[in-house]
Amino acid sequence: MRHIISVLLENESGALARLVGLFAQRGYNIDSLTVAPTEDATLSRLTLVTHGNDQVIEQITKQLHKLIEVVKLTDLSESAHIERELMLVKVKAIGEQRDEVKRCADIFRGQIVDVSASTYTVQLVGTSDKLDAFIQALTGSQILEVVRSGVSGIARGDKTLAM
Amino acid sequence: MTSQSKQAEMLSGAAMIIRALADEGVEYVYGYPGGAVLHIYDALFQQTQVKHVLVRHEQAATHMADAYARATGKAGVVLVTSGPGATNAVTGIATAYMDSIPMVVLTGQVMSHLIGGDAFQETDMLGISRPIVKHNMSVRRPEDIPYLIKKAFYIAQSGRPGPVVLDIPKDMTLPSVKFPYHYPDEVKLRSYQPKLKGHSGQIKKAVTALLAAKKPILYAGGGVIMGGGSAELTELAQYLNLPVTNTLMGLGAYPGDDPQFIGMLGMHGSYEANHTMHNADVILAVGARFDDRVTNSTKKFCPDATIIHIDVDPASISKTVNAHIPIVGLVQPVLEEMLSIVKQKKKKLDASALEQWWQQINAWRAVHGGRYDTQTPLLKPQYVIEQVSKITKGNAFVCSDVGQHQMFAAQYYKFNKPNRWINSGGLGTMGFGLPAAMGVKLNFPDDDVICVTGEGSIQMNIQELSTCKQYGLGVKIINLNNGYLGMVKQWQDMNYESRYASSYMDSLPDFIKLAEAYGHVGIRVTTPEELQPALERAFALKDQLVFLDIHIDPKEHVYPMQIPGGAMNDMFLSKTERT
Repeated sequence: MRHIISVLLENESGALARLVGLFAQRGYNIDSLTVAPTEDATLSRLTLVTHGNDQVIEQITKQLHKLIEVVKLTDLSESAHIERELMLVKVKAIGEQRDEVKRCADIFRGQIVDVSASTYTVQLVGTSDKLDAFIQALTGSQILEVVRSGVSGIARGDKTLAM
Repeated sequence: MTSQSKQAEMLSGAAMIIRALADEGVEYVYGYPGGAVLHIYDALFQQTQVKHVLVRHEQAATHMADAYARATGKAGVVLVTSGPGATNAVTGIATAYMDSIPMVVLTGQVMSHLIGGDAFQETDMLGISRPIVKHNMSVRRPEDIPYLIKKAFYIAQSGRPGPVVLDIPKDMTLPSVKFPYHYPDEVKLRSYQPKLKGHSGQIKKAVTALLAAKKPILYAGGGVIMGGGSAELTELAQYLNLPVTNTLMGLGAYPGDDPQFIGMLGMHGSYEANHTMHNADVILAVGARFDDRVTNSTKKFCPDATIIHIDVDPASISKTVNAHIPIVGLVQPVLEEMLSIVKQKKKKLDASALEQWWQQINAWRAVHGGRYDTQTPLLKPQYVIEQVSKITKGNAFVCSDVGQHQMFAAQYYKFNKPNRWINSGGLGTMGFGLPAAMGVKLNFPDDDVICVTGEGSIQMNIQELSTCKQYGLGVKIINLNNGYLGMVKQWQDMNYESRYASSYMDSLPDFIKLAEAYGHVGIRVTTPEELQPALERAFALKDQLVFLDIHIDPKEHVYPMQIPGGAMNDMFLSKTERT
């Protein structure tokens, strides 16, 4: 099963390498990973998407907790949460395709953020599923390049992962 | 700058390192000098509080520090140079990591501005050591050194202990640049707060389950030794009349000659320990991690048991085998709390059920009972260990290498005290035994310290015989010499139709001459009759290193042995019998 794990990490050199190394070393999966400093520059916030059965996920969270630089973590997928991913797609846009790509982007509430004589670059934000669906919808067009940020997530309501 | 630090003594980075070690109470540092650590060695030279032990290979320094930690519970300290000095220490760091041994390893590093440029003797020691340390850090500013050393000791020794590497670029130790020195009393980390006391509700639940048991067993591991819980464990077991089994790492946690002790469990565990485990209805697991060398197939593991698991590391709980009543906390306070609840309740286990259980266990005991062939003119390794156990009354420090001799020592030496059985259980590091014995002997000069080894293992760090001479380390080496890499040969006998691929070592040295060349005493033993007088002579030579080269039956196997893929109690009992 897919899980989204949010981690508050000391913003120190080597901390990220240690965390990523743990996954490689113990044979856990990383489907996506996003990381950046928080409003408190001493802390990084990291969102990691992984999958595995309950026992594997329990070991992942326990092993993450053991890392000295991990301050706090939570499995967002255990309760209501919001997840978003940003995608930039560069699509061939000539002739009839120019209108078609524009319409499709509108339907998905994407924005065209760059234009050339033969291409559009579409920016789309949403859940990973929505991003997948958009790529599916573009099957008639020639996709030149896809860049995805990986998932960022936050719990709904009053629940926070903060110091 | 505070007024306190204004008054503080001004020290260079190198001097701060040594002063911090002294303030931490460190008596010995084990190491080997080299370019990147020369400032630190110069600072060592200019004081007398912290003494340095010069080994012949950095791996030996790590094992010496590791064995000191195993014997005392306090972190051992290693100092090595960058590059090859650091990489030579890797095996020793991994050994300590696998067995949760506190150790602080100071590794030199090239100058900060050279890092990443493939400089002479540069290796990324933080990267190399990352998967085999509890934590690692590097010094970025010399003024941080006292804090980082305190932090290294704190992390190494608290919670589930482990090795910590501190990487020190040479420019952090310049003798000419000085800083106010202040050693912190403690370090607090927002991201690391190991759990100490167990959850009271869980402990009560555990006591209730234990008192309701009809077929209980206490399964104790290395966590009891490192967690200082042997006294509480022994008291609880004796108060409730529980059978006790120890893991390889836990030997000595419960007295080996007590009738309630049913031997080691697992791959080469006793018949009775493995059967008692398999048939138990309640398993009280303390500081043990359900390692694959214990459980055999986890699918067939102890089908009827309610498992209570006490461990300081939550990640060890329900990792391989699901625990029904987990208790996260230090072993010693948790056992203490259990004991006080049990005593308050004034309740014991159902006496008749327990009586029946003990009858069953004693019947299992009679089945194998650690027997081996005594109708042979050849010297049996089991007999050698039994004699060593007798002559030292189960009180010696026994430092083992890895292989058949290690299992014979674990099975036939009756460990009566904790912290005296020193072996590489998790990593299985050949070459561990001699340096480990050296580390213990240096710190316990009045005790008998034995290195049980084989002709394979001993040659992995044989160069340390020279270090032994330099520091007068009167270790007794019991070299169980069968001419083969015995455990490899045993597996080849059992699984490869006795095709001895590279398990026979031709051209062995004359170990007697070798010992003498290093300035020690060598005694060769080739018959059972020669053993007793040789041992007596060896132990009488108090301060001398004696190398006993004991020629044993080359065909002997270690039994019992669990049958791969089976349950705990599926075992080979000899070359011809199985359960």
